[in-house]
Amino acid sequence: MFDRQPWETPVHLTTHETTDRPEGTPSGDPTAYPSMAPPRRVVRPGVLPPARLHDWVAACPVDRLVAGRGVAVLLSGGAQAAVFLLASGMLYAVGNIDPYSGAAVMSRGLTGDRGGEPTIASPLLKQVFSLRDGRALDDESVALPVYAVRVVDGELRVGVARAAEGVSAA
Amino acid sequence: MTTPRTVVVIGHGMVGHRFVEAIRSRDDADSWRVIVLAEEQDAAYDRVGLSSYIGAWDRSLLALPGNDYDGDPHVEVRLGLRADKIDRAGQEVVVTTADGAESRVGYDALVLATGSYPFVPPVPGHDLDRCFVYRTLDDLDGIRTAAEAAVARAAAGGRPATGVVVGGGLLGLEAANALRLLGLRPHVVEFAPRLMPLQVDVGGGAVLSRLIGDLGVDIHAGVGTASITAVPTDSGEVLHVGLSDESVIETDLLVFSAGVRPQDALARTAGIAVGERGGVLTDLGCATDDPAIWAIGECAAIEGRCYGLVAPGYSSAEVVADRLLGGDATFPGADLSTKLKLLGVDVASFGDAMGTTPGALEIIHSDGRGTYAKVVLSDDARTLLGGILVGDATAYTTLRSFVGREVPGDPASLISPAGDGVDLTGVLPDDAIVCSCNHVTKGTICAAIADGACDVAELKGCTSAGTTCGGCLPTVKKLLVDSGVEVSTAVCEHFAQSRAELFEVVSATGIRTFSELVARYGTGTGCEICKPTVASILASTSSDHILDGEQAALQDSNDHFLANIQKNGTYSVVPRMPGGEVTAEQLITIGEIARDFDLYVKVTGGQRLDLFGARVEQLPAIWRRLVDVGMESGQAYGKSLRTVKSCVGSSWCRYGVQDAVGMAVSLELRYRGLRSPHKIKFGVSGCARECAEARGKDVGIIATEHGWNLYVAGNGGQTPKHALLLASDVDDEMLVRYIDRYLMFYVRTADRLQRTAPWLESLEGGLDHLRDVVCEDSLGIAADLEAAMAAHVGGYRDEWAAVLDDPDKLSRFVSFVNAPEEPDPTIAFDGSSGRKVPVLLGMPSTQRP
Repeated sequence: MFDRQPWETPVHLTTHETTDRPEGTPSGDPTAYPSMAPPRRVVRPGVLPPARLHDWVAACPVDRLVAGRGVAVLLSGGAQAAVFLLASGMLYAVGNIDPYSGAAVMSRGLTGDRGGEPTIASPLLKQVFSLRDGRALDDESVALPVYAVRVVDGELRVGVARAAEGVSAA
Repeated sequence: MTTPRTVVVIGHGMVGHRFVEAIRSRDDADSWRVIVLAEEQDAAYDRVGLSSYIGAWDRSLLALPGNDYDGDPHVEVRLGLRADKIDRAGQEVVVTTADGAESRVGYDALVLATGSYPFVPPVPGHDLDRCFVYRTLDDLDGIRTAAEAAVARAAAGGRPATGVVVGGGLLGLEAANALRLLGLRPHVVEFAPRLMPLQVDVGGGAVLSRLIGDLGVDIHAGVGTASITAVPTDSGEVLHVGLSDESVIETDLLVFSAGVRPQDALARTAGIAVGERGGVLTDLGCATDDPAIWAIGECAAIEGRCYGLVAPGYSSAEVVADRLLGGDATFPGADLSTKLKLLGVDVASFGDAMGTTPGALEIIHSDGRGTYAKVVLSDDARTLLGGILVGDATAYTTLRSFVGREVPGDPASLISPAGDGVDLTGVLPDDAIVCSCNHVTKGTICAAIADGACDVAELKGCTSAGTTCGGCLPTVKKLLVDSGVEVSTAVCEHFAQSRAELFEVVSATGIRTFSELVARYGTGTGCEICKPTVASILASTSSDHILDGEQAALQDSNDHFLANIQKNGTYSVVPRMPGGEVTAEQLITIGEIARDFDLYVKVTGGQRLDLFGARVEQLPAIWRRLVDVGMESGQAYGKSLRTVKSCVGSSWCRYGVQDAVGMAVSLELRYRGLRSPHKIKFGVSGCARECAEARGKDVGIIATEHGWNLYVAGNGGQTPKHALLLASDVDDEMLVRYIDRYLMFYVRTADRLQRTAPWLESLEGGLDHLRDVVCEDSLGIAADLEAAMAAHVGGYRDEWAAVLDDPDKLSRFVSFVNAPEEPDPTIAFDGSSGRKVPVLLGMPSTQRP
């Protein structure tokens, strides 16, 4: 299914196409790139972020993801990302370490939405975070780092910003 | 500081106990020392609830809270000590001690709380062996022994066992129900022309007789008991009860319940004034004609009148406590309104029920069969004076609060049949009492609502309304709704339905995926609240593996990895050990696993072993070894059946009367894997010693000599609750059927994360309603509930084994999708204290710029 470049042909979203930083990423965020479109749009190479800003870590074939759930990806330097595929076809990546408990468990939480904002809940004490920008929705002072994601040749990749190696939304 | 004076209380019944509590709670200066002389061997118990002793036969359940005064050095209770005489001149009570010697107890004040004794009419033969009264726990033990012998004898003789109750009043009908519970067919003999002559009128009595007769009770009204004779027969001795109409009832035993008389013998012999119709005569301050002697409760004739109810007794206890401490309280009078459920039949009587006020008007509505309602109005038909309700007493709370007040609108509408009746809750005055058990007014409830109480449970907590009989809960709920508080039962922002409603939607539509359910009946994409809720409903309604297809995405982390997540993201593994049984081979394997994977082992409260510290990628290998020795998932991670705890029962224990382990194992194997709104725990004890702590469980089973007593809706945890008796002396088959129905009913109707105790509390009608549904099949759903459970039992499969057989599911058990062999580097342990504990590394920066 993914033997073509995803941006050459729209892929039906019950599987998923590609995505990168979703809408709503705060400006000034070094991992952000121009606001991307709603699901179903064909992503063109020209709007992909300049390669020099990111190291792309290969995660797994994107069809290993179960809609609504996440996987954990080990990044260079020991950092970890939690990558989620939603039923809408959107992919999101945030830090895997739950800031409330310090445990690397975010990838095992439940996704959902709050008033339309896509969310992930920690599986330990159920604090809810935005998948768009990592904010804890009930606590202004806490946030998860966010990562870029893309699908190339059917392979899921997580982008680590070179400017701030490892984990950082800050 | 002066030496405390001594107050001696004769009688440790409900009122005597209330007096001690009242004086001790107010006597800050410890100016009185209290000595209680109690004739019975049991400290104060709930005599009003005497009949609930039947079935459990556990005296401790009836004990009144605090009846040992928690070691209060100023209170001394001497049980089993009868007062023989009062020496007024010497201010001493004369008692006979256990060794037969005479002893004297001096007093500065003496409080008589001797209560009543049952009236036994002087019928020839009234003192025969199998004639009983119905007043104390000992009386009930005697009735029980005789009834059990009678049932055995009658069965041998191929006839039904019967019992006669003399007296068709409130207590008589209680006694009749007791005999029914003991397996006897009861006859009730009432001298007056109708049952409950003091509470209901002719029309109400007729309906009551029909309803009670339908339950298999033979009623003989308008006849007296003339003679009782013992007659030998082939199947042992029986009694012949001759009635004044010349008819004879053959019976195995007889219970006198023909009213009570105040126990005033001590006062009479001491020369203290008594009332015309008995009782120790007092003024409104409860003082007798001896200034050092007081009388409270049923033995007191306050201004000549005796009150046979507990509420006025409590009032008199409070009056005397106040007076001894220098107050000037007076007896406030008593509301003799009654509402009760006798043999499942509602009867209520309030105010001027008999219409004795001059010029009183009566409006009666009766369907001639099942219900009777009457209101008594003033001569201008505007003020409510009283009334009677039989068969359906739902209007009682509202009507009673209007007694003495002008009724809004057409008075006939007060009792017109449901549908066109007016609802008066809204126009109730603020001082109207909504909960009569706990004396809570409408104003108090509305104030609590205004203060932010937003559901019935909270209102119960902060006002006590509805916590005793629960009869006023519909009114409480109505006040809540009327106040504009939206009682939201919505699961979350994605589903406006309650969990029970979603359960019905799933059952009725056959929808099997979350996405279809949320698209058709909800909004958005779901969340961490509704997804596991729907996952549980889907699991309760089918035997599919919980990680099949789209369901996998709904499971909370525990269910998703079939293990319990711990604070550092590792998991604990709990194999099932049904009833706490484990083989040597299994135990060795568990030990080897713990050693090889370096797991911390702890024995759980549910009689099994918990292995802590396993990483995600280790889980399948651990399960493989457990499955290979015949073990399976214990579902410790699920909102589902956890364990069935048991004692060793009759197979090893010298006290055991039933095979508790055998029953526990078969129940655990039956209900394992059942997904439910919250976790479910069972306990099975092999005798009344209750070593399995079954009454702290959602389902508690305690062996009796005849079968099992089934208790429901208990739990430990944050708000411990004792389980309540649902059915007694049931055999194995009925036990399982009752549990099937109870659990399925709970699974279908409870709210999310609502354990059985709060569920039962929220159930309208409470335990009685649950018993009707489970034991009497009042909703006609028992067969359906049993079928649903049978489907669950038939479709059960071990969740671990199913994952091990499925490479696709197995592939999800990795720490990192891009490094399946790599353990999570943040997981570390410290064992330096001798106990392995997780250490958290690398807390990330969580502060936003």
